[in-house]
Amino acid sequence: MDTRDDLAKPKYRARRGLFAALAAFLLVLSACGGNSGGSDAAEDTTGGDSSDDSGGADADLPLFYGVFATSLEEPWDGAIHAALSSAAEDGMIEYRHLDGLGTADAMERSLREIATEDKPAVIVGDAFAAEDAVRAVAADFPEIQFAFGSGGGPVAPNFSVFDNWMQDPGYLAGMLAGGTTESNTIGVVGAMPIPEVNRIINGFIEGVAETNPDATVLVSFINSFFDPATAQQAAQAQIDAGADVLFAERDGVIAAAAEAEIPAIGMMVDQSDQAPDFVATSLLWFMRPTIDHLIENVASDTVTSEDLAQFSFLVNGGSAIAPINTDLIDGDLIAKIAERQAEMESGSFETTVNEETPAGSTDVTG
Amino acid sequence: MSLGFWIGLIGATFAIATPLMWASLGNLLNEKSGVMNLGIEGTMYVGAFGGLAIASESGSIWLGLIGAIIFGCLAGLLVAVFTVTMGVNQHVVGIGTTLLLVSACEFVNRLRYGSGSLAKIEKFGDIIDDAGPLSQNWMTYFVFLILAPLMWWTLRSTGFGLRLTAVGEHPEAADVAGINVNRTRYVALVVGGALMALGGAYITLAELGTFTLGIISGRGWVAVALVIFGRWKVWPTVAGAVLFAATDALQLRLAITSTFGAVPNELLIALPYLVVVGALAIWGRKLRYPGAYLKPYRRA
Repeated sequence: MDTRDDLAKPKYRARRGLFAALAAFLLVLSACGGNSGGSDAAEDTTGGDSSDDSGGADADLPLFYGVFATSLEEPWDGAIHAALSSAAEDGMIEYRHLDGLGTADAMERSLREIATEDKPAVIVGDAFAAEDAVRAVAADFPEIQFAFGSGGGPVAPNFSVFDNWMQDPGYLAGMLAGGTTESNTIGVVGAMPIPEVNRIINGFIEGVAETNPDATVLVSFINSFFDPATAQQAAQAQIDAGADVLFAERDGVIAAAAEAEIPAIGMMVDQSDQAPDFVATSLLWFMRPTIDHLIENVASDTVTSEDLAQFSFLVNGGSAIAPINTDLIDGDLIAKIAERQAEMESGSFETTVNEETPAGSTDVTG
Repeated sequence: MSLGFWIGLIGATFAIATPLMWASLGNLLNEKSGVMNLGIEGTMYVGAFGGLAIASESGSIWLGLIGAIIFGCLAGLLVAVFTVTMGVNQHVVGIGTTLLLVSACEFVNRLRYGSGSLAKIEKFGDIIDDAGPLSQNWMTYFVFLILAPLMWWTLRSTGFGLRLTAVGEHPEAADVAGINVNRTRYVALVVGGALMALGGAYITLAELGTFTLGIISGRGWVAVALVIFGRWKVWPTVAGAVLFAATDALQLRLAITSTFGAVPNELLIALPYLVVVGALAIWGRKLRYPGAYLKPYRRA
C-alpha cells in the first residue's frame, strides 16, 4: 500500500501530471454545456461558432438571438427555436442561438456577452430558471428587445414576456378523449403541477366534460421534464386503473398507449410518427406569430415591454391541434370538435384559464 | 383495492426494478473489488443511447444490445485506467466519467440526429402475452432468474468470486497469495460496466424503443445506494431494488385514486426514496465497507 510519501515520488507525480492533463481535457469536453449555432436555415441545429456561422446572411436583416436554458431537444425551447429558424429560412431575420444554459450564472454571463459583442436587435429565450438574472441584464441594455418565456410580467422599457397558452387545444383534445373513451376513464401524464401545465390539463378536463359528463380523468405528475420511462410507468398505472385514452403531456406515454393498443394524444409537435395507429391528435404550439410580431416591432424601431401571451392563443394562430386520426376517431365527434374549434378561431368561445393543480382523480362534473 | 390493482402493481414492480437490477449488480461487482464507480449514471446513459443508435442505424436490435455491452466495457475500462492503473481519486474519476459520457452522447445525438428523438425502433417484446405480471421481456427474466443467481454463486463459490472478495478486502494479502490485484479489478470494472450499460439499454431497447435526453434520470445513483443498502451482497441488493420499485409502482397508483389524489404530489414521488433511506437508517447503521474500499493498490 502506498503512503503519502510514496505518492510524492517522481513516478506518481508524472502520473498525476498525466491525469491532470487528461482530466482537464475531459472537463473541457464535458462542460461544453452551452451549444451555440448560427443559421438562416431551419435545419442548422448542430452548433458551431456563433459569431461566424452567419456568414452569407444579409447584413440588413435584424439579428435575433435565441438563448435557451435547456437543450433544443426539450420541446418547449424547441418550439421557439423552430419558429426563429423558420423566420430565418423565410429571409426575415438573421438567427443565432445558444442553448444548454441551465444555471442563472451561465445565462447571465452569456446574455451579457451576446448583448455586448453581437448587439442583436432581439434576444428570445426562456427565463424560468433565471428570472432575476435575465431581467437584470435586460435592464442594463435598454436598446435591445428582450422577449422571454417567463412566469412573471413585462418590465419597461424592453422586457416582454410570453408563455405557451394551450388551454384551447387542450379543450379540443379533451372533447376528443371524452367522446372516445368507452370505460369513461381517461389518463393524463404531466411534468409537474406548474401554472403552464395546469392550465392545459384543466382545459383538457373541461373539454372532456363537454362530450362526456360521466368521465373520470386521472392525472399523474412525474416531477420531471425528461423521464420517459417513469412517464410510461405512470401511464401504465392509469391503464391498469381503467383508462382507455391517454393524454401524453410528457414523452413516454405514447409508448404505453401503443403497447396497450389505445388512443393517445401527443403534445407540442405532431407526434403521430411515434405510433401512427394510436396517436389520435397532438396539441401544437406555434411561436411564429410571436416572432412575427417582434419582427414588426424591429421594423418600426419599437422596443417595448409587452405581455405577448395573446400570440400563443389559438384565436391568433399560436396554438392548434394536429389533424385528427380518422381511423381512430368517429366522424361525428370530429365534426363536433371542428365546430368548437371554429368558435374558438372566431373568438366566440374561450376556454377558462384555470391554473389550479388538478386532483389525481377528477370526476369531470365535479 | 381490486385484484387488478395488485396484479398491475406486481408487474410494474418487475419492470421498474429491471434497470436498477442490471445497474446495481454491475456496481456490486465493481465495489466488491474495492472500486467505487460513480461513472454508473454515464455508463447507463451510453448504454441507452449507444444501444438505440446502433439498433436504429443497423436495423438490428441485437446489434444494438451488443453495442451497448461494448460501450459499457469501454466505460468500465476508462474508469479502470484512471482508478486502478493511475490510482486517481475514485470520486473524481467517477463523476468525470459520468459528465463526459452524458455530454458525449448528447453531442453525438445532436450531430447525428439534430433536435428531436431518434427514429423509433421495434423494441424487445414480452416473452408471454396477456399473462399479468409474467408479461415481461427477456431482460427482466434474465436479470432475476439468471444473472442474480449466477452472480450470487460466482461470488460465493468460484475462484474468481473469492479472488474478487480478497482483492476488495485486503489487496496486499491477495497479492501475496499470488492474485493479480489490478487484473482482477480491471475484469470487475469492465464486466460491471457492461451490466450497467445493459441497465440503460433496457430502457431504450426494451421499455421505450426510443431515446430522449436525460433518459436515465438518476437511476444510476439509486443503484449506488442499493448496493450499500444490500451491504455488498447479492440478495439484499435485489431485495432493495424490488422494495424501491414496488414503492414507486405503488405511489404511481395511489396518486390517481380519489383517496390519495389530494396528497401532495411531491410527497408521493419521494416515497420510494424515503422508504429506502428509512430502511437504511434502521438496518444500515453498522455498515462494514469492503476493506480496501476507495483505496488504490500499489505494491510496496
